[in-house]
Amino acid sequence: MQIEVKNLTHIYSEGMPYETVALTDISFEIDKGEFVGIIGHTGSGKSTLIQHLNGLIKPKSGSILIDGVDITGKDVKMRDIRRQIGLVFQYPEYQLFEETVHKDVAFGPLNLGLTQEEADNRVVEAIRLVGLSYDEIADRSPFELSGGQKRRVAIAGVIAMKPQILILDEPTAGLDPKAHGDILQMIERIHEVQQNSIILVSHNMGDIAKLADKVLVMDRGKLALTGTPAEVFRQSDLLESLGLGLPPATFMMRVLESKGIQVSTDILTIEGAEEELYRILTRGKN
Amino acid sequence: MIRDITLGQFYPGNSWIHRLDARIKIIWTFVYIISLFLIQSFWGYIPVLVTLGLIIGVSGVPLKFILKGLKPIFLIIVFTFTVNMFMTKGTPLIEIGFLTITEEGLYNAAFMGTRLVLLIIGSSLLTLVTKPINLTDGIEKLLSPWQKLGLPAHELAMMMTIALRFIPTLLEETDKIMKAQMARGADFESGNILNRAKSLIPLLVPLFISAFRIAQDLAMAMEARCYRGGSHRTRMNGMKLKKKDGAAVILMLLYLAVVISQAQGLFGRFI
Amino acid sequence: MNNMIRIDDLVFEYKREDQLEPVHAVNHVSLEIERGSFTAIIGKNGSGKSTLAKNINALLLPSSGAVYVKGFNTADEDKLWDIRQTAGMVFQNPDNQLVSSIVEDDVAFGPENLGVEPEEIRKRVDDSLYSVNMYEERKKAPHLLSGGQKQRIAIAGVIAMHPECIILDEPTAMLDPHGRNEVMEIIHTLHREGITILLITHFMEEAAKADRVIIMDEGKVVLDGTPAEVFGHAEEIKALSLDVPFAVDLVYRLRKRGVKIPESIISTEEMVDYIVCKLK
Repeated sequence: MQIEVKNLTHIYSEGMPYETVALTDISFEIDKGEFVGIIGHTGSGKSTLIQHLNGLIKPKSGSILIDGVDITGKDVKMRDIRRQIGLVFQYPEYQLFEETVHKDVAFGPLNLGLTQEEADNRVVEAIRLVGLSYDEIADRSPFELSGGQKRRVAIAGVIAMKPQILILDEPTAGLDPKAHGDILQMIERIHEVQQNSIILVSHNMGDIAKLADKVLVMDRGKLALTGTPAEVFRQSDLLESLGLGLPPATFMMRVLESKGIQVSTDILTIEGAEEELYRILTRGKN
Repeated sequence: MIRDITLGQFYPGNSWIHRLDARIKIIWTFVYIISLFLIQSFWGYIPVLVTLGLIIGVSGVPLKFILKGLKPIFLIIVFTFTVNMFMTKGTPLIEIGFLTITEEGLYNAAFMGTRLVLLIIGSSLLTLVTKPINLTDGIEKLLSPWQKLGLPAHELAMMMTIALRFIPTLLEETDKIMKAQMARGADFESGNILNRAKSLIPLLVPLFISAFRIAQDLAMAMEARCYRGGSHRTRMNGMKLKKKDGAAVILMLLYLAVVISQAQGLFGRFI
Repeated sequence: MNNMIRIDDLVFEYKREDQLEPVHAVNHVSLEIERGSFTAIIGKNGSGKSTLAKNINALLLPSSGAVYVKGFNTADEDKLWDIRQTAGMVFQNPDNQLVSSIVEDDVAFGPENLGVEPEEIRKRVDDSLYSVNMYEERKKAPHLLSGGQKQRIAIAGVIAMHPECIILDEPTAMLDPHGRNEVMEIIHTLHREGITILLITHFMEEAAKADRVIIMDEGKVVLDGTPAEVFGHAEEIKALSLDVPFAVDLVYRLRKRGVKIPESIISTEEMVDYIVCKLK
């Protein structure tokens, strides 16, 4: 396995009157090349967790092993962690700062200590991978681009560092439906081309159900549930009690079942729902 | 967390002092500052100390909290003390090389040092016991008579209100951008001064852009809510002076009388 | 005069540095919004829906054509404050539209600008905070609230001006599902109380609950009708690279495979009812 998180605990403002426990005894594993979805209410500890994985926050106790090396150790260089794990924050377009798209995307690779030439190669590759034309935009100011394009450039800035594990915190927040779909496709493409593990934090259950191999459900700093999307979304009562919804397809099947229609409730996507409804609606005729 | 930072050092409470009209507290503070400069001798500090002690006692702000406010200006106090100690001519006490400490110098140093400490404690007390938002309202009201002479009292107050509102937002934004750039390998902590200044560019550029975006959005939202400057505006919490504000004014005059009489030398004769 | 808003052949153009020809953000749009109605406007980014909204609030003025709010022409400067008071506006970013560092002072901002008497402001502020379920938080600082709560404060700030119409420009775009539900509930309550609602949104499920859906593309109105009428054109909407509600998409896919299922189904509940009815 690639990531092993053991008994991770974190407390904010320890010893102060407003001390809050942000994470309690979190343990999970992620295999190489896995696509992991993290869901949970705002304030459930998702952001704190992913910042730990990137070394931005040090845990109170517990360990994070990446390929067997504990990154919470004192002598671990931050640069080595960042080479392995890329983190794309929410609204990443707000971190663009360079004069040109090329320079902005090169920022990360250069910080890793790559030569200018190596960095340049990676920039070209990363911009293509996020679905933009290098020749058209490389020399433009990132601030002239459209919202969706800016976000792609910002994501290119992280994948140009070629992380083996790419973490994305709500990468589609605030986008229109078209840009939303484009970004999801782009993530699938990056996953395929770079052969990396992906950790996707999202409120959109439909997206998680469609893309993830494994789902982590967070609640009040604890890991409430883990499993495949089918396993997790089967627990609709538990999810509801945590203030989380179901993917629309699963939800529809659940309602149908509760009304006495015999349908499979393990359906996660619209394609699945289509097949199932096709089956039950045309059954009489065959 | 960055969002827990207290602004303007306000110490939440509901004491008699906290509930006074902000305008009275601002005027009180001014009178207090002026009074410190009227005082000629150590005896004169007695009424000041008694008053200050009473105010702090009633306000319920812990002394430790107030003294903490002296820390950042500790160097200035030491500087004032040293300059006064060495630069005053008079009867020599100790000689260190070409520097001489005189009796008068030591006296002056202690006197000036005390004045500075009292000055800072007194004025920091204003922000400790007054909500920043009330302070802004108070300043607006106090400055409004000068509005006819072209002083933009309302605009100044509105700027302060907006600053108070958006400082936490911008701090959070700074924290976010900093973390995002650190995730891209940026290093804000090591290197020489030049390198460090350079490493701030990835933080400052996005921060400026954020600030401009906020300004643009906010201006639009304010316009949509019929904002057109101070001229047609009414206020929900019109500031009305209450009985206790009157009492505070009387106490202030009493304090002023004591300090002045002391400065005139009247007070000294009684002791 | 049963129209809250009348838009006559509105054109709004602006110059962009890198282009010689002016951009037509809104291109010959005519619309009437009925008093007390709930209209949703959808369209991709750059379709002109936000520009349209800002023209109604007189934040932008028409390049040609005219916009009337309750009969007032937005180009009439004397009526500017009447227009903005009548048609309040809520924006996308919950952080960037609150002025004061205390919730109740922020809600008071609008009425204060209108010159309302202090006692009346107090009453309006309390009422508005109650109606968005934020009275308990009235003394708090906005930056300590959640996105959904901040957006409810922004709505309260508009309600306190006693508007007859509220225009909401993607009010839920930056919120999590929980915040989104809170805000949508408030919007529907206000509608029930008689306020005309104009909601600009990317979320098709929100649009499906309106009385009327308008789809914009490249500055023009492409579809306009009840949700059932509009979402019946699933193929056209998808061609505009927009989403349709989940149930609409499902109906569209099933119909393509020859299943006879009415196009008027737009919600999961309706879909379930139809299937239950059909199979029992």
